Amino acid sequence: MQLTNRAKKTDKSELSLFERSYLPSLATGLGITIKHFFQAKPTIEYPEQKRYLGPVFRGHHILKRDEEGRERCTACGLCAVACPAEAISMVAQERVKGEEHLYREEKYAAVYEINMLRCIFCGLCEEACPKQAVYLRHDMFVPVFTDRSDVIYGKDQLVEDMTHRYKRDAWTKKDAMKLWK
Amino acid sequence: MGSFVQWLIESMFLWKALIIIVIFAITLAIAAYSTWGERKVAAYIQDRRGPNRAGWGGLLQPLADAGKMFFKEDFIPAQADKWLFILGPCLSMFTALMSSAVVPFGSSFIIGGKEVFVQAIEINIGILYVFGVVSLGVYGVMIGGWASNNKFSLLGAIRAASQNISYELAMGMSIIAILMMSGTLSVREIVLQQHGGNWNIFYQPLGFLIFTICAFAECNRTPFDLPECETELVGGYHTEYSSMKLGFYLFAEYINMFASSAVTACLFFGGYNYPGMDFVERQLISGFGANAGHNVATLIGIGSMFTKILFGIFFFMWVRWTVPRFRYDQLMNLGWKGLIPLAVGNLIITAVAILSGYKLVGIWVGLALMVILISIVWSLRPKKKNAIMGA
Repeated sequence: MQLTNRAKKTDKSELSLFERSYLPSLATGLGITIKHFFQAKPTIEYPEQKRYLGPVFRGHHILKRDEEGRERCTACGLCAVACPAEAISMVAQERVKGEEHLYREEKYAAVYEINMLRCIFCGLCEEACPKQAVYLRHDMFVPVFTDRSDVIYGKDQLVEDMTHRYKRDAWTKKDAMKLWK
Repeated sequence: MGSFVQWLIESMFLWKALIIIVIFAITLAIAAYSTWGERKVAAYIQDRRGPNRAGWGGLLQPLADAGKMFFKEDFIPAQADKWLFILGPCLSMFTALMSSAVVPFGSSFIIGGKEVFVQAIEINIGILYVFGVVSLGVYGVMIGGWASNNKFSLLGAIRAASQNISYELAMGMSIIAILMMSGTLSVREIVLQQHGGNWNIFYQPLGFLIFTICAFAECNRTPFDLPECETELVGGYHTEYSSMKLGFYLFAEYINMFASSAVTACLFFGGYNYPGMDFVERQLISGFGANAGHNVATLIGIGSMFTKILFGIFFFMWVRWTVPRFRYDQLMNLGWKGLIPLAVGNLIITAVAILSGYKLVGIWVGLALMVILISIVWSLRPKKKNAIMGA
C-alpha cells in the first residue's frame, strides 16, 4: 500500500566504473557544500539582533498600578497558589489611613518576591490574578544574572513605573520591532 | 668587530636568517589562522556563522584558543613513557616546520647588488628533502601513540604508520612523473620551468589527482583522518594528550596542510608564476628602475604564490566538510589497488610521451587510451553471481 509519493526506490544495481572512481559523487558533494558556503545564513545574532516574539510572549513580570498610580495588588495569594514552580511569595499588610493614594485595596503586599530561577514563565499567575495586577510583559526579558542574590526580584523591580507605563499594544510585528530596540 | 659587521652585511648570512625567520613566522601565522579559517569554512558550509565574538569576525579566536591551550592541565599518564610522550608532539611540530624550508615562495630580491632567493635553503635535491621530512613526520604520531600506553592511541598510531607508508608510494610515483619531465629535483628549477603558463597540471592531470589524494592522506585530513578517528578510537593517537602537547599535534596538522599546499602549488601550479608576469616585470623595471622593479615584481610573485597556497588550504577544508571518513579497508584498497597502479600507468604514459617528442598531446592521448583500456577490462570482468542486478 502506498501512503505517500515520497518513497524512493533504492538503486541497488552495481556501480559503473565511472561511479566506482568516487569522482562524480565527490564533485556533486563539493558542489552542494560550496552552494551552502555562499548561501545567506539564517542566523539571528541574538544580543545584537532580536527576533519578534509575538504579542502573547511571556517575559518579565510586572505588578500593575491603576490609572491613579495605586498598586492593584491586594496580596490575596492566588498567584502564589497557582504558581506550579512555587516561585512567588508575599507578605500582606493592612493599609493605614493616609495610604489611599498608594494602594487601591485595604490590604496590600508589603513584600512581593518572584524567584526568577524557579519561574517557568507559564503565565498562570497572570490568569489567577483577580485584580489584574500581575502580568508577564511581552516586550522585555528577565536579564542575564551572574549571582544568585540577583535572582529574587522584589517589588522595586516589579512594580510598574508610572512614567513608562506598560501597555500591551504593539500587536503587529512592525510595532513590536520598535519596542525591541 | 668592524670586519665582522662588514662580513655580516656582505655575506648572505643576515639575509638568509631574515628570510628564514619571516618564513617561519608566516608559516606559524598561516597555521594559526587556518584554525580560524577551518571553523569559519565549516560554519559557512553548514549554514552557520562560525566564531565571531573574539575580535572583528572572530579574528582573535586563534589567540583565545592558544591561551586556553596553554592554561589547561598538562597531564602525563602514570603508565606512559614520559620522555617519548613529550618527544612525540615535539617531533611532529619539528618535522612539520622543516618541510617548508625548500619551498621557493618567490623569485629573488636584489639587495645591494646581491641576488637573494626568497627561499630558506636552495638545495638541488629539494623534492627529496621534502619527502624525507614528510616521512619523518609519521614518527611523531607513532611515538606519541606508543608512549601513551593506551590501546586506542596505539591503534591510531598503527593506522597512521600504515596509511602514510601506503600513500607515500603512490605520491612518490606521481612525483617521479614530474621529475622525468623536469629532469631536476630542485623545487626552484621545477618552478622556473613552468614559467609562462606552462604549468604541470596541464601535463600531469592524473598525477595531480593522485598527488592531491595522497597529500590528504599524508596530512591525516578527512576523508583519511583514520589515525584520529574519534568515532572509533576516542581521539586516536592523541587520546591521552592535553594542553599544549595536544595543541602541537593539532597545530602540526595545519602546518602540514600549509606545507603540502605550498608543495602542490610549486609542483603543479607554477609556484610564484602567474600569467603575464613577464609583461608586469618589464613595465615595473621601466617604471622603477632595474633593481626596484625586479623587487616589486618579486613581491607580486609572492602574492600569487600565497594565493595558490591559500586556495589549497581552502580546498583541504572544503573537502573535509564534504566527504565522510573512509573505512579502513576502503582506505587500503584505494591506496594499493587504485592509486599505485594508476600512478605506475601515469609513469609509463609520461615516459612514452616524453620519448615520442609530443609531451602534451602524448600524455592526454595516453591517458585516454588508459581509460579506454581500463573500461574494457572492467566490462570483461567476471560478474558476481549473487550480486543484486537492477531489480
